Amino acid sequence: MSKARSSRRYLAGVVALALCVPVPADTSIELRDYCPPGFELTDANACELRTLYQNYDSLRHAGVGGPKTGLPEARDGFSPQQVDLGRYLFFDPLLSGDNSVSCASCHHPDLGFTDGRPRSVGIGGAEVNRAAPSLWNVAFLNTFFWDARASSLEEQMQGPLYAANEMGTSPVQLLADITANDTYLRLFRDAYPGSKGAPTLGQIYTAIAAFQTSLVSLNSRYDQYAHGFHDALTEPEKAGMNVFRSFVARCAECHTPPLFTNRQIAVIGVQEPNGRAFDPGAETVNENPGLRGGFKVPSLRNVAQTAPYMHSGTFATLREAAEFYTLGRGHALPDEEKTRVSVHWHIWEPNLSNDELDRLVDFLGTLSDERFKPHIPEAVPSGLLPIGTLPEALTTRLSQSN
Amino acid sequence: MGKKLGLVSAAIALLVAGVIGGMKFAGDNRGTVIGDSSRYRVETTGGALTRSVGGSGAGAVHEVRNGDSIQAAVAVAQSGDVIKIFPGMYHETVYIDKDDIVLSGVVIDDAWPVMEGASKLNDAVLYSGNDITVENLQIQHYKGNAIMGQAGNNFLIRNNRIIDTGVYGIFPEFGTNGLVTHNVLSGIEDAAIYVGMCDNIHVSHNEVFNNVAGIEIENSRHSIVESNYAHDNTGGILVFITPGLPIKTTFDTIVRNNFIVNNNTPNFGIPGSTVAGIPAGTGILNMAGDQTTIEGNIITGNQVIGILITDHMNAPNVTLDPDADPNSDEISILDNMMWNNGYNTIPEITALKTLELVDGDVQILNIGNSSNSCILDHDKYVTVGLKDFGTCGFTTTAAVTTYLLEEPAERREIAAEDMGKRAYYGVCAGCHSYSIKMVGPPTQIIQALYADNPQGIVDYITSPTKKRDDYPEMPPQNYLSEEVRMAAAQFMLQVKK
Repeated sequence: MSKARSSRRYLAGVVALALCVPVPADTSIELRDYCPPGFELTDANACELRTLYQNYDSLRHAGVGGPKTGLPEARDGFSPQQVDLGRYLFFDPLLSGDNSVSCASCHHPDLGFTDGRPRSVGIGGAEVNRAAPSLWNVAFLNTFFWDARASSLEEQMQGPLYAANEMGTSPVQLLADITANDTYLRLFRDAYPGSKGAPTLGQIYTAIAAFQTSLVSLNSRYDQYAHGFHDALTEPEKAGMNVFRSFVARCAECHTPPLFTNRQIAVIGVQEPNGRAFDPGAETVNENPGLRGGFKVPSLRNVAQTAPYMHSGTFATLREAAEFYTLGRGHALPDEEKTRVSVHWHIWEPNLSNDELDRLVDFLGTLSDERFKPHIPEAVPSGLLPIGTLPEALTTRLSQSN
Repeated sequence: MGKKLGLVSAAIALLVAGVIGGMKFAGDNRGTVIGDSSRYRVETTGGALTRSVGGSGAGAVHEVRNGDSIQAAVAVAQSGDVIKIFPGMYHETVYIDKDDIVLSGVVIDDAWPVMEGASKLNDAVLYSGNDITVENLQIQHYKGNAIMGQAGNNFLIRNNRIIDTGVYGIFPEFGTNGLVTHNVLSGIEDAAIYVGMCDNIHVSHNEVFNNVAGIEIENSRHSIVESNYAHDNTGGILVFITPGLPIKTTFDTIVRNNFIVNNNTPNFGIPGSTVAGIPAGTGILNMAGDQTTIEGNIITGNQVIGILITDHMNAPNVTLDPDADPNSDEISILDNMMWNNGYNTIPEITALKTLELVDGDVQILNIGNSSNSCILDHDKYVTVGLKDFGTCGFTTTAAVTTYLLEEPAERREIAAEDMGKRAYYGVCAGCHSYSIKMVGPPTQIIQALYADNPQGIVDYITSPTKKRDDYPEMPPQNYLSEEVRMAAAQFMLQVKK
């Protein structure tokens, strides 16, 4: 996205907010009748994912293995109209309690669908306990939130939508806001042609999930290597790949190709930043003391875009995040946790050299691919400024360029 | 070693509860016949074990001599080629991300090609391709593994001498259909031969000694471990479900006709690893693996226990996984030659023995629920925790020669249309939509330009030039194979929406 365009939109939004003029229904918004890139439109008006990885199998269909391994089963089959309706909802601050933030305020396309913050900030500047995870390739995930407490996107999104310190709306307010908007009423009719009556919460969730599952990133230089073009990576990057998958660094044991996550929970014993209290993570969700301090293994695709790192932003750079794994098993745990946290067996003391850490960072950069990055709508049905509050990292970038 | 003691301490509580409650250990199930040979048997047509594994060797031969780089030969090798490695010292990590390659050492007058990691290099051989052979190499002093496979199918790893290569010696992971045979491995901090998350595996005629674990089958199915010599390790042969891995089951494992002798080496496992909890002196350890059949082994001189069956609840260093069944079910202990095991056992086993009023050294111990399990002869050996075991309804697994496949795995043909469709939508559609101007011109316009001329598209996308003022220059697509480029071009010319 060009900076000029976003600043223009920013200014337009300020004017609209200042005047507080009710926005008439926007008749110029029409839902697309074609699928986002990466998807084939079937005769049944469904968008089905197509990727070269479908040329490969995976052991027991688990979607883990090596370069030429099939992915886990993807969630797809939404209509183009549902995907596009989801795109408008995703960028519309109408979905927050005070109309100040949208999903994209914390999952911004220009920041790898994160917000560049150690921990997210919700309405009224409220701080959230954990970082916004990237949304790239969520179509392949089967659990959501850092502690894996949700098993579908629809279940997950009700967390931030209704949390007082995140988007702060409520089911009643959300439905009222949508049904009071003539443009949305028209778009919901287009996206759910068989359905009678007013939009439902389920339809809202479905549309947002449809958009989120369209965010596919599988065309990185690493992928070119994986499909057989070995010149796609430089020699230092190949060296980094071999450190990554070696049984010394063991990165690939949990960040397993092709998704670069094995979709499990792992206890790695990372410290909280700035003396924050220890986060029990998945222990609480599963009532499993063995998972104390455990978090979902995140995919590393587009990881170069999503600093800072870990569930609460402990590390500012990939280099620091990589170095954590060579500083010793449990080295960063508070004393009182050392005896009760069961650190994952792959966390040990690999004694990686500085050169090896540099090469790992080189390799992680090859996992970048934003070719299918969606367009931010020029306008959203509410008439509010699309996205609403921008992540600080982007406003800083904007002010620096002005 | 406090961790060792943790292994059965929980079991004591379990047992005490069972005795007091008068339920769990009250009965004796020997009168029930459990299991028959059909449970484990598959139809095999026989033939050489190697019939469906390893490289074809049909292509060119590349010779690598002392001072040359093995990786340089791999880089130029095509599928089907053989890389002959002559005696000498090789200091490198060799990685093979292509199919059908034979990496073959040449031994001359007792001189071997030696891959020397000097305790600095991570892994000696990493492969991800299918149909890979690694043979006749001496591999020593690496930090990670000697030979590691990640997702390669149809692998053949044989006749290698592997000494002190760090965590594992031979470690195929995520592979289907592989044979590990006639290797000699020692000095490994975890399992010398570690089969992790694989299907259809055969591990035979290997010698493993002075390792923490000799041979480990983990989260894998349809495996046969036979005719190996596992001696002087901490534990001889392990069959595990390790929780927290993405593939959750282990079943249909046959452990037969192995020598499992004097596995009493003090545990030098890496702190936190699962094997660091194995008591020094364990012959066979089955943790949560299902349908394990133990037959015809010679199990002697293992001071703690000959055969130990446990669930996850009683195992150390294990975090329960709700998606992994924690019990060892459908275990069959057929006839084995066992003596002189358990002669210097750990106090927890002595306590369990006392609870069951058993005299003598315990050869076989089960801890935890194990349903539909059996032993062929309840009276032959001193056992504890086997009263729920029935009497096996079969005596041998001889009907199954191997679980290796008759044909190599994943030789599937992909229709050109599917290939083209996946490339068109998966790659091209990032810039080209059917009728909308995106980054590049719409597909409709390209169709008009290149009607009936897919080769023209292939030629252009291989090395594009700037053609239009109002569009950026296209990046070359030469990273896609010629076959994929042609399939994509053909598909692009006939797509209709």
